[in-house]
Amino acid sequence: MINQKTRYTWCVIAIIIALAGCQTIPKDALKLKPESLEKRALQTRIYEGIAETDILSASAGVMQDLGFNIDESETKLGVIVGSKERDATEAGQVAAAIVLALLGGGAMAIDKNQKLRLSLVVRPASEGGGQKHLVRVTFQRIIWNTQNRITRAEGLEQPEIYQEFFDRLSKAVFLEGQKI
Amino acid sequence: MKLAKTITTLSFSLIMLFSLPGCQTNSSKQLLKADESQVKMRSIQTRAFDTTDKNKTLRTVIATLQDLGFVVDKADETLGSVSATKLDGYQLRMTVTVRPKGNRQLLVRANAQYNLTAVNDPEIYQDFFSALGKSMFLSAHSVE
Repeated sequence: MINQKTRYTWCVIAIIIALAGCQTIPKDALKLKPESLEKRALQTRIYEGIAETDILSASAGVMQDLGFNIDESETKLGVIVGSKERDATEAGQVAAAIVLALLGGGAMAIDKNQKLRLSLVVRPASEGGGQKHLVRVTFQRIIWNTQNRITRAEGLEQPEIYQEFFDRLSKAVFLEGQKI
Repeated sequence: MKLAKTITTLSFSLIMLFSLPGCQTNSSKQLLKADESQVKMRSIQTRAFDTTDKNKTLRTVIATLQDLGFVVDKADETLGSVSATKLDGYQLRMTVTVRPKGNRQLLVRANAQYNLTAVNDPEIYQDFFSALGKSMFLSAHSVE
């Protein structure tokens, strides 16, 4: 005879299963937020006195320097898209997994692979008579664990990443401008 | 006691019943499945802008998508289409197309997919078009 408690437990489990099917989009997914402007500033640089196509080829060079493969490009819209797949193992997680295994907790899934993507978009600034261009780059990544499940899907927003990318791009743009 | 037992059994069965419509018998039917009426979805997903500059409109669409946290997947000027993905604990994929309407306007149509489902919520599309309108410096007209 199943007791009352077990029955309630099953009820709760059934509710959870029923609810898992209804995943709805967050209401603010496509709303411009106050931090959107900050992000734009972080992800954008202005280059002057260099043609759009030259910026694009300098950018493709930087992407290759960083080991990205170019997946897609449309020069008429100033777009380049690239990606790379890399190791995602982190020492902290490995240590935690070892501790858990030693405590008899079995094998814990840890992050294994990651796919990093970037899109780089060049467009003429509204002022500057076609001599000024805005370059905006955005990064994101997906991480899979040892069981091949996605554990993280996120945009990358650390300022250092963008700073370093644009440092490299500025050098490349300068060299491209000098035709070296 | 007896009553409580009946109620719990009944609610358990009801919950199981409600979770069943999610089960499909032939998943290939998803290929040509449209969730809402075609006409209704078109009007939710489409706006007209008073401009004929397709290139500039596409570039503005791309800039707006970047503002909203998307990374571009594909762009094609000839076809007038842009696809982009936003990852934020979820996966939101959008395709936006731009095509001429008459000789004074451009039609912008957007469709979105959230994880494994189509987005049908008019407010979500409204948010997108209001962000786009701001970057275009033009107002978005509804299309019937």
